[in-house]
Amino acid sequence: MRVTRRYRFAASHRLHSAALNEDHNRELYGKCSNPYGHGHDYVLDVTAIGPADPASGQVVHVATLDRLVSEAVLKDFDHRYLNADLGEFQALVPTSENIIRVIEDRLTAHWPDAFPGEWPRLEGIRLRETRRNVFELKS
Amino acid sequence: MLITRRAEFSASHVCAQRTLSPEQNKQLYGAAANPNGHGHNYVLEVTLEGEPDPVTGMVFDLKKLKELIQQAVIDPMDHRFLNYEVPPFDKIVPTTENVAAEIWRRLEPHFQAGRAHLNNVRLYETEDLYVDYAGLVAEDLG
Repeated sequence: MRVTRRYRFAASHRLHSAALNEDHNRELYGKCSNPYGHGHDYVLDVTAIGPADPASGQVVHVATLDRLVSEAVLKDFDHRYLNADLGEFQALVPTSENIIRVIEDRLTAHWPDAFPGEWPRLEGIRLRETRRNVFELKS
Repeated sequence: MLITRRAEFSASHVCAQRTLSPEQNKQLYGAAANPNGHGHNYVLEVTLEGEPDPVTGMVFDLKKLKELIQQAVIDPMDHRFLNYEVPPFDKIVPTTENVAAEIWRRLEPHFQAGRAHLNNVRLYETEDLYVDYAGLVAEDLG
């Protein structure tokens, strides 16, 4: 059984690669490369998988998942300029593809502390940059 | 091919185990353990899988699916207090997980013979929390 919990964070970013010249950046990233950045209300769906505990009826203790996501992701990502405020994006362009990888790495790293047993496991995450742009990663 | 029908019902529940103390239930279920219960607008998505009938062009008659969902789920659960009025939730805790599995058990027998079979039950408790249940698969056995 899978349980999916939805989280939200607001963050700004700028798509600009130091490896490319200004014209190339402009051509590749368009207005996403505007020098002062811009923001999105990101929606993050986190899916846990496992058996429902026969006594509690729960696959995942949602409050524990909330704490994990809050500590590992939201507290650093929410209301931040990703390029400037997060170490991971000092040398990595914060495209949604890269953001979802960083989030997955962070969740995977902290998962065993929050859920030390065999279950639940992280099944995957989905990141919605806008209603029209959605990214998914299976763990 | 997958086809999905959506339905909604509103119900109240309380998540607590009789064998646990109020403090233990609060620890496990949070506000959902408040003794007099609370309610949700549940959203149910029932997904069938099959190939379209070459004559009708349909995997399953969605009108018939709507009626099945109505009879098996909506009529017995809508505007009810699940713990008191909808077995087996007099005996097991009506978490979203257990309600989704119960909905699967109620619907699945209707899809054993025909060309469409039940692929997934998705139950939203809120916009921010949903459960997918696809029958007893490996991970459900632990």
